[in-house]
Amino acid sequence: MKKRLWMVSVLLIPALTAMGAANGKWLKKVPDADRKRVNPYAGQPEAAAAGKILFRDNCAKCHGADANGQHGRPSLRSERIQNATDGEIAWILKNGDPWKGMPSWSSLPEQQRWQLVTYIRSLPLAVSAPTKTGSQPEKGEKQ
Amino acid sequence: MICQAWRVLLAAIPLTVTMLTLGAPHAFAQEPPYFVTYSQVLEEPGNLEVAQKGATASPKNANAFYSSTFEFEYGATAWWTTEVYVQGQTTKNDSTVFTGFRWENRFRPLPTEHFINPVLYVEYEDVNQADKSFLEITGNHTISDLQVNNSQSQPLIERSIEGKLILSSNVHGWNISENFIAEKNVSNEPWEFGYALGTSRPLASAASAKACVFCRQNFSAGAELFGGLGTRYTFGLKQTSQYAGPTVDFNIPRGPTLGFSPEFGLNDNSVGTLWRVKVSYEIQQFRDLFLRKGNR
Repeated sequence: MKKRLWMVSVLLIPALTAMGAANGKWLKKVPDADRKRVNPYAGQPEAAAAGKILFRDNCAKCHGADANGQHGRPSLRSERIQNATDGEIAWILKNGDPWKGMPSWSSLPEQQRWQLVTYIRSLPLAVSAPTKTGSQPEKGEKQ
Repeated sequence: MICQAWRVLLAAIPLTVTMLTLGAPHAFAQEPPYFVTYSQVLEEPGNLEVAQKGATASPKNANAFYSSTFEFEYGATAWWTTEVYVQGQTTKNDSTVFTGFRWENRFRPLPTEHFINPVLYVEYEDVNQADKSFLEITGNHTISDLQVNNSQSQPLIERSIEGKLILSSNVHGWNISENFIAEKNVSNEPWEFGYALGTSRPLASAASAKACVFCRQNFSAGAELFGGLGTRYTFGLKQTSQYAGPTVDFNIPRGPTLGFSPEFGLNDNSVGTLWRVKVSYEIQQFRDLFLRKGNR
């Protein structure tokens, strides 16, 4: 019996620890080196236009065509995202947050991820009241 | 037997068409263009990918065949993808038969990206020996397996559990993936092993600022190498088939993905050339279709 309990603990503790660690905000997980990375396309309208197409094809399904979030998935026009550094947004695109529902987009070439960052940074901050179809920026803890 | 196979295949076609016409938005899959090798890419949570994979060949001293596999791949979470396969084949001068089904699950154990990203794969197979899908090769698969009539091979059903260790890296735009396969028939047969290696990259690293169909970014190309590794008692590259070949994918913007690959047999146990085609279509946020209207 003791042996069985020990085995269950061995299996469960790492899983629970991992889930507990995942409850922290992803921004806190970003290493300093990544946080400081510079977007090679920063401020380039062409890159933002390319990023818009990439966003439509890959991200809009979860975050909404207007990036305001939908079905409980977070808005990308929230203060949290718009105040994040380019490096932080690039980090979440590359790594995702699988325990919170955000997949990794590491298979997209790095240049395309930076183009996405450029587009996301070009979005205006959300000012409208949260609706049923848009998530509430204050509740954007998942992202 | 023909009726049974056609019933399954014909049932899958309207199901596929219905799904495609549901009006759900669709998009690129970010998957590399492999037919056998798995990478670390899982289905995005909530998405359903419907795919049809075909393989055809004219083996030496055997009838030509066409094998068709329907895949339904669902992203249960960002770290768990589950997939069902239904497959059949038709052999010239022989018959068309249903060859079985598979249910696979892939799990991504690590929460962040690393230089090598592991994915754990577990599959249950209920496949008969008439299977010619070449979804993977394990054990001592040889060309003589393709010379058996469907009437003799179809009744021989193999139920097995298969595990794969998938290791995958993304380096400077290239994807490099390695799979090690171990399969155990639930009856008293020895462990069988196999492998698959693949490398690929999109033809353009940066996306175009204009929406376009034939942009280089919509194409990806690479190569695959796969084959059997024998059994627990006959481990090695001999007495089994080995294949290698180029592979290419075309992601039609807001449409399906088309894949093509000629794979060349590398030894006398292999078919000369195995031609593969793939059509896949991703229904985005399939699970949202089942949300109550007020929550959409």
